[in-house]
Amino acid sequence: MSAPLLWIILPAAVAAFSLLISNKRILTIAGGSLALLLALAALIIPIDQALQIGNFSLKIAPAIQILGRRLILIPADGSLLAIFYGLVAMWFFGAEVTGTAHRLVPLGLMIAALLVASVAVEPFLYAAILIEMAVLLAVPLLLPPNQTPGPGVMRFLIYQTLGMPFILFAGWLLAGVEASPGDLQLAIQSSTILGLGFAFLLAVFPFYTWLPMLAEEVSLYVLGFLFWVLPTITIIFGMGFLDRYAWLRTSEQFSQILALGGLLMVVTGGLSSAFQRHLGRQMAYAVIAETGFSLLALSLPPEKAVQSVFLLIIPRSLALLVWAMSLTKLKERVNPLRFSIVQGLARTHPITAAGLILAHLSVAGFPLLAGFPIRLALWEGLAIQSLSVAFWFLIGILGLLIGAIRTLAVLVMAPEGTGWDLQERWGSGIMIGLGVIGLFILGIFPQTFRFVLVYLPEMFEHLGK
Amino acid sequence: MTIIAWVTVGFVLVTSAGLLVSRDWRLELGLLGLQYVGVFWLTNQHWPISMAAIKLVTGWMAIAALGMTRLNLIEEDEDREKFWPQGRLFRLFAAGIVTVIVTTAAPRVEEIIPGIGLPVISGSLVLLGLGMLHLGMTAQPFRVILGLLTILSGFETLYAALESSVLVAAMLSVVNLGLALVGAYLLTARTLEPEESA
Repeated sequence: MSAPLLWIILPAAVAAFSLLISNKRILTIAGGSLALLLALAALIIPIDQALQIGNFSLKIAPAIQILGRRLILIPADGSLLAIFYGLVAMWFFGAEVTGTAHRLVPLGLMIAALLVASVAVEPFLYAAILIEMAVLLAVPLLLPPNQTPGPGVMRFLIYQTLGMPFILFAGWLLAGVEASPGDLQLAIQSSTILGLGFAFLLAVFPFYTWLPMLAEEVSLYVLGFLFWVLPTITIIFGMGFLDRYAWLRTSEQFSQILALGGLLMVVTGGLSSAFQRHLGRQMAYAVIAETGFSLLALSLPPEKAVQSVFLLIIPRSLALLVWAMSLTKLKERVNPLRFSIVQGLARTHPITAAGLILAHLSVAGFPLLAGFPIRLALWEGLAIQSLSVAFWFLIGILGLLIGAIRTLAVLVMAPEGTGWDLQERWGSGIMIGLGVIGLFILGIFPQTFRFVLVYLPEMFEHLGK
Repeated sequence: MTIIAWVTVGFVLVTSAGLLVSRDWRLELGLLGLQYVGVFWLTNQHWPISMAAIKLVTGWMAIAALGMTRLNLIEEDEDREKFWPQGRLFRLFAAGIVTVIVTTAAPRVEEIIPGIGLPVISGSLVLLGLGMLHLGMTAQPFRVILGLLTILSGFETLYAALESSVLVAAMLSVVNLGLALVGAYLLTARTLEPEESA
């Protein structure tokens, strides 16, 4: 037994098999349970070390060979696998109440397997191709049958596909820079191409126009899953570049470019979110700001950067999960999700409305919620470096907060004398309620997941050391 | 050998410009098929023939997938695009500008990555440039996929000179085929039966 077989090939095979299952409940339970088991296995079973249970000994080999190259999961990857599959399980369990299980479970599991393969592949540069394969699988996930592809889906496909050639080519150029570090022109050319590649993949300013478009076109739960899973793995892939190339890691200019890009995303995403009148578009702009937070975290000094980026993963996923689920439930009731149409819905869907507002506030870094501790740490780190960056960070956060308050005002704005008329299903209420409890737990006890997060920086040989 | 390579560059210029100008999907797929022959020849400058043939076979398989799908669609769905420049002369003019840019840029690219050869770089840049132009002029799924396949062909022609891994060749083939299948799905999605909500 080898680690890539267990955490890549097995879920991919199950995903292919699950395409044959039509019962949504069975799909949800099977997919969610498998993801949960894989997460638990990553927590319990050490990679490349013998696990003794009585007379029985189990050792998971770290690598397999494919066409002369390797897929390798080192022991330090165990924590990432546990977090990643644990969060995927949460999304799958939520898929049943949002009615997306038949697409999300098989295709989502396949995408998860491909993205884990992108972390495991050696040379690491080939991850760009595996991420592109995941993007291609995301298209049928986004676009259900009987729906005409809109401009958002087309732009998603174009921008994400353009990222791959840039990154592969930049990878080749970067090797040249490593061989001749004095060639400044080559360094500038290669980092520009690399930056463009990641700008396409991460939907960095100004390549993010497709995000709000998609939020109006497709299922918001599926979109939320992709908004979490693709940027998270792409950022880890990007950190691989920093780990591999010392000149990139130590370059002050590169760090400044990351900070500028991140700040642009936080400010434009935050302010745009504040002025939106469509709840889906608000989420899309908040996601843009979230990616900006990750870039800003990466611009911090290396020892802080790695931890900050990893600390963002769980709050981001949980907030997006609650947000996307709440929006999907509201969309079942009213469509489109414009302010003029959703007015007063808190009277009929109080739990869903609460989930929506609290998830939005969490992304904005509101105290007691999951996003608060890391936003505070990030703000402090940025303030030490530059007060002007910290100021603009605050402007972005304020934009997100204003967006949340506007949403709250609209949702409770029922006509005078309107009474409470609960129309929520208990299943979705429980799921959203559990997610909200999770947001509070992570906000009040940010050390809850420290036991897995603490090992994540070991994934990298040089970065953060 | 160099003369044949330059002829191939001219050949891919004609096919990719033809893709931009043509409005008949059959002709477009035919041109794309010929374009893959050019890509095969340029790739063959750095890869053995058996490896380079992967590009040709994959490309033709992608065309077959798109062609079979397009064949089953109603003709009236064609040319519904209203907002992009329609004139053939305009498109040819734009292709001419891209060709001029490629002519000036190719020697500079050769300075950055020496040893590949000017014909391969020129052919690759022509495909990349005209593919980008194609994407900039359309929002129709079929043509977007043709544009993306053209861009990938250009990139693969250049990348083949830098990377000869069998795994990369295989994965890029999967991406090309995947793109064609996604294109086929995008073309047919609205005609498919909706999923049962139970």
